[in-house]
Amino acid sequence: MSTVAPHIAESDRPRLAPGVMLRNDRRRGQWMLMGPERLLVLDEMALAVVRACVGPDIADVAAGIDRLSVEYDAPRTEIAGDVLEMLTDLRNKGYVVT
Amino acid sequence: MSCALPAFAAATQTEPAPPFAVLMELTHRCPLRCPYCSNPLALDPASAELDTATWKRVLDEAADVGALQVHFSGGEPCVRKDLEELVAHATEIGLYSNLITSAVLLDRPRLERLQRAGLQHVQISLQDAEAGGADRIGGFKGGHAKKLEVARAVVAQGLALTINAVLHRHNIERVNDVIDLAMDLGAGRIEIANVQYYGWALANRAALMPSRDQLLAMDAAVRARLPELAGRIVVDYVVPDYYARRPKSCMGGWARRFMNVTPHGRVLPCHAAETIPGLAFETVHDRSLSDIWRDGPAFTRYRGTGWMPDPCRSCDHQEEDWGGCRCQALALAGSADATDPVCELSSAHADVAALRDRDAAALGTEWTYRGL
Ligand code: SF4
Ligand code: SF4
Repeated sequence: MSTVAPHIAESDRPRLAPGVMLRNDRRRGQWMLMGPERLLVLDEMALAVVRACVGPDIADVAAGIDRLSVEYDAPRTEIAGDVLEMLTDLRNKGYVVT
Repeated sequence: MSCALPAFAAATQTEPAPPFAVLMELTHRCPLRCPYCSNPLALDPASAELDTATWKRVLDEAADVGALQVHFSGGEPCVRKDLEELVAHATEIGLYSNLITSAVLLDRPRLERLQRAGLQHVQISLQDAEAGGADRIGGFKGGHAKKLEVARAVVAQGLALTINAVLHRHNIERVNDVIDLAMDLGAGRIEIANVQYYGWALANRAALMPSRDQLLAMDAAVRARLPELAGRIVVDYVVPDYYARRPKSCMGGWARRFMNVTPHGRVLPCHAAETIPGLAFETVHDRSLSDIWRDGPAFTRYRGTGWMPDPCRSCDHQEEDWGGCRCQALALAGSADATDPVCELSSAHADVAALRDRDAAALGTEWTYRGL
């Protein structure tokens, strides 16, 4: 019980944590992850990552990265690290579970 | 409460950005009698509580003012038979519902009804890691066992669970056990809070204040575990005020994130604001939450930085901690207009250390249970 939780990997299938939902707040014109006593405002990139890589309907993170690579016309090798980093951060903040 | 929240851009210069959440203290009634309860010493009787229709209107007004979440709190909100109805109403109008509870009145059927009504998150307070200490400080026999049972049901139902652990002299040594317990229960989040000395806690300070050694040991234990806990459980750890060098950003800044409605309908910028003399509070019968949020005198009094005295006035941290807590400035420096004396830049900071050391050394063991 003393190791640091590992980074999210391409083979993981992250889902929103219990009590977390993706919401569009029209009044503020912002997408956000709403969770227990907290929220996180998502910029365009973070929203795209959540939609592509966070379940329930995704195969795994690898498939999400493939999709983002096509959608944003960006080399896969360039974006994969950032996506995994962002997902790990969302996991550590409690918005996502694996 | 601690929330990592982005600041929303204000719509115009005169309109304050909307609050993030409205805390609704549905009642002051509670089967527990914690001597550190943050409720005021003068508790609202059941007969003075707002009725269901009025709470529903207040929920509508919370959505109108732009709040995103509602916290059903108390006292013990589950003593209200209309809790399900209020949660359902909140869900209907798009508010995210949190339940802040001692859990001793909950059971599986009621949790299921609350979940069907749209409840998302349950925060359960634990008084200790073990039943003896927990039931003694809560003044409720069998409470701890019941809490564990309900916590497990919350997780089994797929609701989010937060464990709120309040530390003081009599349980601070078991902080690691409390963390283990929260993880064993499947909580997504734990709040490791040290008693904040308002209300009943202020009256019982000499019986609750931990010693410096206890405090340092606890702090070291928590910090040592944080890396291992990352990704497993979210930890909200609040350093105890009286041992801190800088104040906390109380409520995320006065009248910036939260509104608080008391059982009989007073609208406050924070739950302890009523202790401040000379502040005029409106009720939900006077004006709408939107009006009160915009220009209610108690809300505008300490909003932003314009009210600040020295040393806050010229300090780089003024938009990080907003000068600390007004109620604490009142309790410790004698004036709510002062810099929070927890700040080492305050001229009254030395007095805080003296008070703290005196109360910690008193080793008082007799506390007064809160009562109604
Ligand atoms: S602090 Fe204790 S007495 Fe006060 S409302 Fe919470 S459970 Fe009840
Ligand atoms: S002087 Fe005021 S603003 Fe600066 S750190 Fe202290 S309390 Fe905060």
